[in-house]
Amino acid sequence: MAKGQDMTTKSADSVEPSKGREEQPVLRPLVDIYEDAHGITVQAEMPGVAKDRLNVQADRNNLLIEGDAAIDMPEGMEAIYADVQATRYARSFVLSGELETDAIDARMKDGVLTIRIPKRSEFRPRKVEVRAG
Amino acid sequence: MFGSLFSSVDSGLFDDFRRWEAEMDQLLGRTAYPVGIRAVPRGTFPPINVGSTPERVDVYVFAAGVDPKSIDVSIQQNLLTVAGRRRVPVNGEAEYYRRERFDGDFRRAIALPEDVDSNRVEARYRDGVLQVTVQRRTAARPRQVEVK
Repeated sequence: MAKGQDMTTKSADSVEPSKGREEQPVLRPLVDIYEDAHGITVQAEMPGVAKDRLNVQADRNNLLIEGDAAIDMPEGMEAIYADVQATRYARSFVLSGELETDAIDARMKDGVLTIRIPKRSEFRPRKVEVRAG
Repeated sequence: MFGSLFSSVDSGLFDDFRRWEAEMDQLLGRTAYPVGIRAVPRGTFPPINVGSTPERVDVYVFAAGVDPKSIDVSIQQNLLTVAGRRRVPVNGEAEYYRRERFDGDFRRAIALPEDVDSNRVEARYRDGVLQVTVQRRTAARPRQVEVK
């Protein structure tokens, strides 16, 4: 391995930073991602995650979404059936340079996380008028 | 947490293997393993978990972003049905890169243990999870059998 790759602590598992942390299974939240003239919107489903158990991190290059689901369970419960077999959600995306990551806005409602990442103003499309002639 | 609880029972290598085999069977048109008559394909919206205690049975429906008023929960004897509609509005001005979220009507039917009391059902929706609690008629505690 080249020495330069050791500069970050998580270099070995940089592709999926969440996975290397623990050996616990991780749920991959389902997402919709779309782009309009102003920026990119990510909508991620994380049912069971309250706002205070959510972690959204963005730097220039990466967007990381993490959350822990918590549901009410009576004492001594036994599982009969389970489609969902983990409580930790994690997913990350590589961002691109024209996005203004300092101005990210994140909202959580009913288990749906909505993240708006605006484009830097110089990257918002300007209408070019085509003149006749 | 329910992660360790639900994974300890239903998951593990064996379960993964069985799933994989079931998927292979489907591909090959062979039906080696009987599956539940109401079982749905993997990835069907919404996923559910079911847990029980001697006093009650809890069904967790993982349905984020659903208007609770649109959810219809009904129970007949021990068959619980959860139906509803989830709308994911499409932004017509935007270009989509990923559309993984389910949009439309959904319905799941779950056969609960036979001793549930269909008159004592409660449902609440929080953080995108619908929790339906059904009390059991007789506490189905394991009985000690005396050896004479």
